[in-house]
Amino acid sequence: MVRFLCRRLLLMIPLIIGITFISFSAMSLVPGNFLTGLAMNPQISPQVIRQMQAEFGLNEPLLRRYLNWLWQAIHLNLGVSLQYRVGVITLIESRALNTLILSVSSMVFTWLLAIPLGVVVAVKQNSILDRVLSSMAFLGMSIPAFFLAFLALDFAVWVNKPWLPVGGTFSPDYANLGPWSKLADRVDHLILPVLVLGVAGMASLMRLMRSQILEIKRADFVRTARAKGLPESLVIGKHVLRNALNPFVTMAGYALADLLSGAALIEAVMNLQGLGLLLLNAVQSLDVPLVMGSVLMGTVLLLVGNLLADLALVAVDPRVDFGSLASQ
Amino acid sequence: MAEWRTLPWIVRGSSLCLLVFYAFAVASPWIAPYDPVRQYRDQPDCPPMALHWTSGSERQHGWLFAYPMKMVNPLARTFVEDHSRKTYIRFFYRGHLFTTESPDLPWFMFGSEGLGRDLFSRIVYGARVSMFIGVVGVLISFSLGLAVGTFSGYVGGTVDNLIMRWCEIEMSLPQFYFLLALAAVIPSGLSTTVTFFLIVAIMAFISWAGFARVIRGMAAAVRTTPFVEAGRALGASRIRQLRRHIVPSVLGFAAVNASLAIPGYIIGESSLSLLGLGIQEPAASWGNLLSQAMDPQNVLHYPWVLIPGIFIALAVMSFNFIGDYLRDRLDPAVIR
Repeated sequence: MVRFLCRRLLLMIPLIIGITFISFSAMSLVPGNFLTGLAMNPQISPQVIRQMQAEFGLNEPLLRRYLNWLWQAIHLNLGVSLQYRVGVITLIESRALNTLILSVSSMVFTWLLAIPLGVVVAVKQNSILDRVLSSMAFLGMSIPAFFLAFLALDFAVWVNKPWLPVGGTFSPDYANLGPWSKLADRVDHLILPVLVLGVAGMASLMRLMRSQILEIKRADFVRTARAKGLPESLVIGKHVLRNALNPFVTMAGYALADLLSGAALIEAVMNLQGLGLLLLNAVQSLDVPLVMGSVLMGTVLLLVGNLLADLALVAVDPRVDFGSLASQ
Repeated sequence: MAEWRTLPWIVRGSSLCLLVFYAFAVASPWIAPYDPVRQYRDQPDCPPMALHWTSGSERQHGWLFAYPMKMVNPLARTFVEDHSRKTYIRFFYRGHLFTTESPDLPWFMFGSEGLGRDLFSRIVYGARVSMFIGVVGVLISFSLGLAVGTFSGYVGGTVDNLIMRWCEIEMSLPQFYFLLALAAVIPSGLSTTVTFFLIVAIMAFISWAGFARVIRGMAAAVRTTPFVEAGRALGASRIRQLRRHIVPSVLGFAAVNASLAIPGYIIGESSLSLLGLGIQEPAASWGNLLSQAMDPQNVLHYPWVLIPGIFIALAVMSFNFIGDYLRDRLDPAVIR
């Protein structure tokens, strides 16, 4: 296991360097830079622009800039955002909590509903419940999440109730509320985004669970379990379910990376003050340090998530060991 | 046509749906009743217009007519039917499938958008972008993934290892952020065609690696099968083995995977255009048409701005149904 861990951790280094380098070069391919917009402003003298250019190191060649950034990043210094003039880490921290709350609650909602539903639907295959839920899952998969978000917002406007606000992370008078009202306010603002993200995620999860169980239900060891007189609940719970869990452990690893970046589009549509919106603005204004910080964070989360998923897979499934994982 | 009848109704419906959308894309000037960029300045945000049957004496103008809309409140943009005039709908008229007798008195089937352009005509022209982005994108990532995947799996060894590490790098990119970052790179002054191909290229670049990895796994498995070894023993060259044995045996699977990847492109392009990073006005794509719906107040007062979203959903759903059906047919292990 130690060998496996060392190997994987070592492999992460070239991965991270490769990904950040690609992103960095992509940002530099853009004609112009952060200062191009400012240079158009007649109130800012060209001298100031030149000064800022030197200060941000925009005159240096691409490779030198990237190496500078990398060297600083190794020392856990992600630099200062060009547009906000605040440390990138501080900025990300301030927004990450909102995004984290949103994605954790939608994930809990999704998994808690989708897994049991998938099991029920598979056990009662071809029943009316199965037909209805499976076709709904298909619809849920096919309707783009942003379109669902629109519909949800319209629903909120149409209902026009204070407990169902139209977008935003909290009410305008949030700062003046008491602690309990603050919590209630937050929860109110979470209802729609969580529903939208949940419906989209639930559909695919439920379908996967269903097909997994249907496949395993036909296996010989399940028939054996039935033949030796185990009650149906034990057959499903112990024999089928445990064997069906495999891909979900892997998916949970990917979900870790999605925690901070998966909801970006919904954040933009529903105007939620999260990382997605922050990054969207950063990308549009070519705020390189901020974009690079977010990309780095997303990459590390994805790699760590995959590693954790593999470790969990070994723990859950005795058929998988470190040797087979390493040879993949 | 006997095979057509044996298909499930949902697959038949989806195919018809896609056929209509591709007709939109191929024959947009003929199907769209009006110029998609003509702004009817006195009719912005006009609701969809009702049709009426003509009475016997007016039949030489056609069977259907609509009353032109008159704006009664320019602030709230409310309209009433102007019963003093009529605009007649004619089929196969002035080089269109259907249109009104005079282009100056339009009939808005799906209403008009904020600048008074006919929404239906814009949807028809928008199909060009939205329907072809998936096909072109899949063609690029498909051929790239197939070439790299089969080569890597067949050759094996260090080369294989290096290629797969590179694929892992690309697969680990935070995709949506990366898409945004690259889309922001596209300069705004470019023509729609160039923007279109840049968007396709970006999305294909992001997605080909995952595809290559799956293909590579299959190619590596096929490489050790007796028929490939027999070919090698008979002295077939590498190129011949790749072309005649490896590629055909992974092709079916690859094709199904490709058809399942199309909806991703459609949704990706609409998301970008929705955020203002994709296809730019005045050109139309279903995504940038839907950007009017970003404002809930807009939707509340002019609900027809949601119609492009229905088209996106229908297209995605049709591709999903067909892809799913193909996968079930080709893969006997999947239980329906």
